[in-house]
Amino acid sequence: MEMYSSVPEFRVDIDRQACRLCKRCIENCSFGALEWRDNKVKAFNDRCVACQRCVSMCPEDAIALRRTPSVMSAHPIWTENARRDVFTQSRTGAILLASTGNELHEQVIFDNLLLDACQVTNPAIDPLREPIELRTYIGRKPRFVELEELGDSLRLNTKLSPALKLEIPIMIAQMSYGAISVEAHEALARAAVMRGTTMGSGEGGLHKKLYPYADHIIVQVASGRFGVHPAYLEAGAAVEIKIGQGAKPGIGGHLPGTKITDEISETRMIPIGADAISPAPHHDIYSIEDLAQLVNALKEATRYKKPVLVKIAAVHNVAAICSGICRAGADAIVIDGFRAGTGATPKVIRDNVGIPVELALASVDQRLREEGIRNETSIIASGTIRNSGDVAKAIALGADAVKIGTAALIALGCTVCKRCYTGKCAWGIATQDPELRSRLDPVEGAQRVSNLLLAWSIELKEILGAAGINSIESLRGNRDRLRGYGLDHTTLEILGVQPAGS
Amino acid sequence: MVVNLCSILGIVNENRKLLSAKYIVEGISLMNDRCNGLGGGFAAYGLYPEYKDYYALHILLKDFELKDQIAEMLKDYVNIYKDEEIETRNVERISQDYIPWRFFVDVPERYTSDADNYIIDLAMKINNTGGALVISSGKNMGVFKAIGYPDEVARLYKLENYKAYMWLAHGRYPTNTRGWWGGAHPFSILDYSIVHNGEITSYGTNKRFLESYGYKCSYFTDSEVLAYLWDLLVRRHKLPIELASEVLAPPFWEQIERMPPEKRRIIEALRMTYGPAMVNGPFGIVIANGSGLTGTAGNGTMVGLSDRIKLRPLICARKNGTTFMASEESAIKAVCKNPDNVWAPHAGKPTVAMVNGDV
Repeated sequence: MEMYSSVPEFRVDIDRQACRLCKRCIENCSFGALEWRDNKVKAFNDRCVACQRCVSMCPEDAIALRRTPSVMSAHPIWTENARRDVFTQSRTGAILLASTGNELHEQVIFDNLLLDACQVTNPAIDPLREPIELRTYIGRKPRFVELEELGDSLRLNTKLSPALKLEIPIMIAQMSYGAISVEAHEALARAAVMRGTTMGSGEGGLHKKLYPYADHIIVQVASGRFGVHPAYLEAGAAVEIKIGQGAKPGIGGHLPGTKITDEISETRMIPIGADAISPAPHHDIYSIEDLAQLVNALKEATRYKKPVLVKIAAVHNVAAICSGICRAGADAIVIDGFRAGTGATPKVIRDNVGIPVELALASVDQRLREEGIRNETSIIASGTIRNSGDVAKAIALGADAVKIGTAALIALGCTVCKRCYTGKCAWGIATQDPELRSRLDPVEGAQRVSNLLLAWSIELKEILGAAGINSIESLRGNRDRLRGYGLDHTTLEILGVQPAGS
Repeated sequence: MVVNLCSILGIVNENRKLLSAKYIVEGISLMNDRCNGLGGGFAAYGLYPEYKDYYALHILLKDFELKDQIAEMLKDYVNIYKDEEIETRNVERISQDYIPWRFFVDVPERYTSDADNYIIDLAMKINNTGGALVISSGKNMGVFKAIGYPDEVARLYKLENYKAYMWLAHGRYPTNTRGWWGGAHPFSILDYSIVHNGEITSYGTNKRFLESYGYKCSYFTDSEVLAYLWDLLVRRHKLPIELASEVLAPPFWEQIERMPPEKRRIIEALRMTYGPAMVNGPFGIVIANGSGLTGTAGNGTMVGLSDRIKLRPLICARKNGTTFMASEESAIKAVCKNPDNVWAPHAGKPTVAMVNGDV
């Protein structure tokens, strides 16, 4: 009874004539799909995850990966994936685990939104000749500025809340040490410093090595409270409370004991080999007023010098929830859409729970404006930001900034093989194996992530310049500069966007 | 010929000497090649000295029947001291889409402490009824506008009968909305009037920002937000004119970083707080502010301002206590042959002409 489930998804084709038997592919395959048998490289196709490591390491370009041609009879509803899942579960009796983001819903609303540009009546601005500004402050803003005349000079009587100063409106998302390697963490932190933005510690505390970059790190406080101590809170640029994440709304986390090495144990402040369990809820937050207390406790603990962010998954009632979070004193709200990535999540949750970030963002921004409290909190959108076009569209819908996770990992070498949960990442990112980790050079990785952020910033300036805008704040919430193409009336209404041509 | 967008002109006498409409009409007409006859208008200050304590509501009525309806509505909210049709004559190229009417009103005693906001709310209520538009609502001032070239609009409204110490004029070349009477400039709220040359690329951001402060945009045109932003910043939030200008056309962050610390703190606070009030895209504007309101910065001023990279022209001149602000120097020279001084203001820096003395 192993039938379909054992049909391998990929096939490793080795050009026997080109192969010079150097075995480098075998050394590099962390999934055991290649072995040395009978004086040649033998492929075990069922173990291949198509991570491309062997392909890129082969000095002779002798390896090609192919998708196995379908052997099943076609059915529109009972897709191969659907059948595969049923077979797997009938074998294991277990939850299906998955990595990365939602695979079930292919439509990305960002792709149906079109940006505007100036023609004739208005000059486009050339970013090579004119300054275009991307600086963004994340945090609570006053409703008005009060000045007092003192003789000839003016005194500022309005006290500003602590804010995060970002040179670009793109932040690196929260990914924990434990889920990813310390090398990956360091690369992201260095990149954040290089580009004047922030990265997130994730919920696993902050490795000693990362403290030098901590003024560009948002330290997370999640339901497991791993690695949270006064110095940790004190070190960060801001504190983020994670209520939920888009890839697994309402679901906790579980880092198996086998991954709790001594360094992770020290950073997370849990025993070596013990499972690290993040409960589904914070057990001190069962209601909005409990959240307000934690927000205030963290502000008190950091002497009101750091913004406190709250991250939630985009769920059905997101607008009302965010109104509550704003009133609970959060300086910024991170809305993580249903396409957000993760290292490990139940597949059924990843693919079926939550709503798209575009809709969540639009309705939250509108709701906070209607309540007259939009200035009291910043909105950060995450989950699906794939390029600078997505960044611009998210900001035009109302986001103050966006966060990127998967895109940053791809910059580090991730090929989206979706096997993060195995801990065998061949690129040294989602693994704690010292040999695999050594494949990722934090300095080189930082340069690549920094390059990505730089490239997007330049593109953002082109987008702004084309729209005749020379500062990002004039795009923020400027839904007039978006048009919907191929979207239904209700979706357009929620987005607050006119159809193309109108 | 390069056709630019719109023409603007402002003339103010700092000693409140009343000037006939002749100068403003001649000056603005010289720039007729900048507009296309789809909107012209004027704002005049010092018009109604005998009614200077009353809010003068200039209202465009879609038809005559509406007059009674609006009057009834007004009676529910304010005391009408006097009302009359604003006199017009037939002008060949102008179709009388609206009947202009003026009401002199004051606010019932129990609302006088917040009279200005009360009048704004009332104006927005009337604008939302459909068919009637409050085109100005200040004291001792009024706006006259229609579809047509500015000189035609001046003839329509018989402007030769009026004198004012401060005049604004606008010739429109509509780019983002159809030509209609309501879309003509100036845009006015309370004592503020604004004429604008340009296109606001941040309109959506500005509009939604204003909505959260209770303003409703009902003229389907970008320039409207300028009047409301000025009202919010100068009257409600009491910012000095120079700083309100720095909100509309803020210095670049790089420039801010080079400022002395105290100034830097203030400008940073303004940019962080009023980021959504920044006006992006090309603009040249002239803002007039009468003196009918109490406790407001910028009473009796005319302010000229361009966007921070000066994508629209603005030229100023002075002669014997009269200041001119215009899209083109030629418009000034047409009415003032030898000004004492002519200058082009720096990008994003306000030029302020003050009016002396009391109302």
